[in-house]
Amino acid sequence: MNNSNFIIELSHISKSFGEKVVLDDVSLYVKKGEFVTILGPSGCGKTTLLRILAGFGTADEGEIKIGGADITNVPPHERPVNTVFQRYALFPHLNVYDNIAFGLKLKKVKEDEIETRVRKALKMVGMTDYEWRDVNSLSGGQQQRVAIARAIINRPQVLLLDEPLAALDLKMRKDMQMELKEMHKTLGITFVYVTHDQEEALTLSDTIVVMSEGKVQQIGTPIDIYNEPKNSFVADFIGESNILNGTMVKDKLVRFMGQEFECVDKGMGENAPVDVVIRPEDVYIMAKTDSGMFEGVVQSCIFKGVHYEMLVTTPNGYEIMIQDYNAFEVGQQVSMIIKPSDIHVMQKERICNTFEGSMIDSTHVEIMGKEFVCNEQVGIEGGEKVEVEVAFDKVELMDNKEDGTMVGDVRFILYKGDHYHLTIRTENGSNLYVDTHDVWDDRDIVGIKIQPEDIKIKRV
Amino acid sequence: MKKFFAQAYLWLLLAMLYAPILIIAIFSFTEAKVLGNWTGFSTKLYTSLFSGGVHHSLLSAIENTFIIAIVSAAIATVLGSIAAIGIFNLRNRQKMIMNTLNNIPMLNPDIITGISLFLLFVSLGITQGYATVILAHVTFCTPYVVLCVMPRLQQMNPNIYEAALDLGATPGQALRKVLMPEIKPGMISGFILAFTLSIDDFAVTIFTIGTEGLETLSTYIYADARKGGLTPELRPLSTIIFVTVLLLLITINVRAQRAQKAKEKELK
Repeated sequence: MNNSNFIIELSHISKSFGEKVVLDDVSLYVKKGEFVTILGPSGCGKTTLLRILAGFGTADEGEIKIGGADITNVPPHERPVNTVFQRYALFPHLNVYDNIAFGLKLKKVKEDEIETRVRKALKMVGMTDYEWRDVNSLSGGQQQRVAIARAIINRPQVLLLDEPLAALDLKMRKDMQMELKEMHKTLGITFVYVTHDQEEALTLSDTIVVMSEGKVQQIGTPIDIYNEPKNSFVADFIGESNILNGTMVKDKLVRFMGQEFECVDKGMGENAPVDVVIRPEDVYIMAKTDSGMFEGVVQSCIFKGVHYEMLVTTPNGYEIMIQDYNAFEVGQQVSMIIKPSDIHVMQKERICNTFEGSMIDSTHVEIMGKEFVCNEQVGIEGGEKVEVEVAFDKVELMDNKEDGTMVGDVRFILYKGDHYHLTIRTENGSNLYVDTHDVWDDRDIVGIKIQPEDIKIKRV
Repeated sequence: MKKFFAQAYLWLLLAMLYAPILIIAIFSFTEAKVLGNWTGFSTKLYTSLFSGGVHHSLLSAIENTFIIAIVSAAIATVLGSIAAIGIFNLRNRQKMIMNTLNNIPMLNPDIITGISLFLLFVSLGITQGYATVILAHVTFCTPYVVLCVMPRLQQMNPNIYEAALDLGATPGQALRKVLMPEIKPGMISGFILAFTLSIDDFAVTIFTIGTEGLETLSTYIYADARKGGLTPELRPLSTIIFVTVLLLLITINVRAQRAQKAKEKELK
């Protein structure tokens, strides 16, 4: 890999804080001059990954190379990277000039060269004539400009940006986005940008890395990620989407919402369970006609500035979000059309919960670190390792956590048109997936119960 | 009327608090040997205090007091600042424990600190004198320095130390060029506080000063008062010390207020 044109090579990075796994085998390769955005919800591990790249944290496992050189154990002050922090982190006791000159003074660059370079950097960020100002007297946007100047003046191979615009107001954020993109073009430095704002990621990046729960979910160009999300998490996180359960009847034919639709995907096999993603702007809505593909009743209609956002329910109980320039009245009968190329079909990551477990005796099995009652098993001894399957809709969730066999907290909620698909983190850290019609909130603590007849046990 | 009583009560309280020191200050401007006799205005006690008219041991006691205060405040400032940085970087639970451990010596009665240090020095066989007094003063001053420096660290943007490393500073350079300037106001307040605490300490000093004839102001005055009557020159001396401490306290408060204002401005 040494002769590759990758400037950053992160291979198999893992990191845990105590019991909590923050990064789980993350690999990332960045080309020279690329603008890469690491995108994900808070707590997904993106900032930890950036800190490992900068050298403020160390990985438990894995290797980091920059420009072909192994820097896994190199301290931050010897790495060819510079960082722009979320809260600017300017030195309050120094003025603008001394803040920007800080790195060059440490490198013992000549005074007159420092001066020219500081002026150039200030010009680059549009802050000429601010040299002698006290940094505390600057606005948030100006402080961030100084922070950027302070980083780029050192001519790093890679510029790391940790949610640099998160603390700015919307208007300022939009302006700065354009300036950053411009700066990236002019400087030719590789940018690694961390954000939780999907719009920002789509606007700025050459490549987006979507992360969740410490894992890379998808890497691709903004257009790829938006149009061809790899799984339901990415589809839900990037933009608005309708995500539904479906079945691939055969190549180019998918069944969902109780009827068959033409699509363009193939090679998934016959009758394969799939997730179907449809962007709200890709559903064509019109007053009821016979030429529609399916029908429904408008439940709500909200004006969103450019378009209207409507919720429509179909006769068989599915709820679809639609965005259109025309408004339809609540209660109105409507017909819908979806083009085959707008139906995105994704292989399901799993179709039921699968656990490794062990039999305690003929009617008790241990899974997820807890003992569950199961139907009597013939021919499987106590202590034997088994594979256990539990269907998504067979897991009962209870408000009262004492009522359950075990406790977990809701980590991710996906609306699937007629039910919710929840990811529950259990006490011992394993994930349990649940289909339910009840409404739960993110981070709710729930009691978990599984009926004995719903625990399917197989010998390994 | 109600307001008048409220005001009067406040002034009465202040008068009671400051009466003793005011009396000393007033009677420092007269020549009478016995406190309470007014024999006309004079600054003779002040001149004799500084012109060697007093007993030689009083002057050396003053000198000792200031040397001990400066040295122990300096050592306590260094130790306390380093400790504060260390405690600040601990994880939550350990941080809580260390903060509590730091607070206990401050709440501990001076007399207990004094006796325990006395026993420690005796059991280790250390001859008591200058060194033991300084060690003792460093011991009870250090927690106060930690207490002064800690808020500066908490107000500090946690990223600035990392930013310095990121820009190529070694950990040592980052400490000197970024962390130190940030906590300097806390260190100065801590030094002033330690200095005043050291000057005015009696209980710990008397137990650790030994029997070699070393005297600080507080032990000298104590011994003098027991011999029968105070030397008249102690009146101007008390006045000077009071004014000095008052000025130092005003300085600390003004600094704190300025820091507060600067912080508010920053938030705006």
